[in-house]
Amino acid sequence: MIYVRNLHKRFDKLEVLRGIDCHIKPKEVVVVIGPSGSGKSTFLRCINLLEMPTDGEIVVDGFNMTDKDTNINKVREEVGMVFQHFNLFPHMTALENVALALEKVRKMPVAQAESVAAEMLDKVGLSDKAGNYPGQLSGGQQQRVAIGRALAMRPKVMLFDEPTSALDPEMVGEVLAVMKELAREGMTMVVVSHEMGFAKEVGDRVLFMDEGIIIEEGTPEEVFGSPKHERTQSFLSKILI
Amino acid sequence: MITFGLIRWDIISDYMPMLVKIGVKTTFELTVVAVSVGTLLGLILSLMRLSHFRLFSLVSKVYIDFFRGTPLLVQILFIHFAVLPTIGSFPNIVSGFVALSLNSGAYIAEIFRAGIQSIDRGQMEAARSLGMSYPQAMRYIIIPQAIKRVLPALGNEFIAMLKDSSLVSVIAVQELAMTGSLVNGRTARPFEAYGPVAIMYLILTMILSQFVAYLERRFGKSDIRA
Repeated sequence: MIYVRNLHKRFDKLEVLRGIDCHIKPKEVVVVIGPSGSGKSTFLRCINLLEMPTDGEIVVDGFNMTDKDTNINKVREEVGMVFQHFNLFPHMTALENVALALEKVRKMPVAQAESVAAEMLDKVGLSDKAGNYPGQLSGGQQQRVAIGRALAMRPKVMLFDEPTSALDPEMVGEVLAVMKELAREGMTMVVVSHEMGFAKEVGDRVLFMDEGIIIEEGTPEEVFGSPKHERTQSFLSKILI
Repeated sequence: MITFGLIRWDIISDYMPMLVKIGVKTTFELTVVAVSVGTLLGLILSLMRLSHFRLFSLVSKVYIDFFRGTPLLVQILFIHFAVLPTIGSFPNIVSGFVALSLNSGAYIAEIFRAGIQSIDRGQMEAARSLGMSYPQAMRYIIIPQAIKRVLPALGNEFIAMLKDSSLVSVIAVQELAMTGSLVNGRTARPFEAYGPVAIMYLILTMILSQFVAYLERRFGKSDIRA
């Protein structure tokens, strides 16, 4: 589904990614963990080219993202992304947020787009909030709308960039529940998150990143239970309290 | 010494029809054209200014520098006596329309640029991640939010433009201020001539700020909290 080869990303003098190689299989749920500044978000953002890689190759669903001839917009339609700060469109209702790309990108008639959008809001448990603006929703509700917005495009992969880190603790559960449901339905997911419970329950693989490279990877049991690398151990000891 | 009782109300009422039908009407037309064309031009210039194509950005920057860096009075004279005559023969008011529109376009471009740049970059990223092109993201996501944010500044610019339209009197366009001068010339009664002019400007600017307030309410409907 996603092949990443020798991915490098440099911001001026700062080298954030220093050679990432990985392969994400269809229906796989991969959880990326690592200290802040380790490059995990940048890695995720390179997959749909929100960050332009300095070097290396990314192939998503058979499309070479770094090839100039690839229609990036077309590939992005297939790659859903959920952001830490939700990034809902504040001037549109929840329903309009979900329906917009269906209308403008998929060129669906408005009525059809809105019925798909309503279906998606139902899926994330927010049918009753369709007419509300983001400013009228709680953080957890906003993030669920954002997940619905990405799902409406029927993506083949979903990327989650710390989807629960900006939420109040009591709202984390509702967002994780939606994500777990997605994982069970067989969605291919790459999740940057420190939610151990989530990783253990639905994660197929955990990648531990530090200083721009993947230090260690394995099943959640392997990485959390018996980390091999010293840096993984030290990181886990800090976040597991 | 002039007291209130000495005001010649008959002069004011005699010249009121001319003041309204010619002066107010012309000033109103100049403002509507300058504000509409200026807004459209400003939007295009701001997008060019932010474009990654160096040429677009450079052209826009030079344009804005020129029109902000030279007096409007000089621009009016230059356009009326130098530029437009090389194209053809136009009524004087056309020079007024052109000069005011080009000038306000430069100021409004900077207002829009500030507005667009103030929108969180997450908005553009969310739009692009859904497969929208850059122009689509601008049109449906960034610009509507930017316009809402800059409406108060736009209102300022509209009011400034309304008042600055008085400068086209130098090319003998009979707008509101010039009408006042004509009345003064005929009657030698400056209070009766310029007093009503000032009040007319005040009424016009108040109408304009009401219009901007209406726009702010319309764009602000997403601000309601539950």
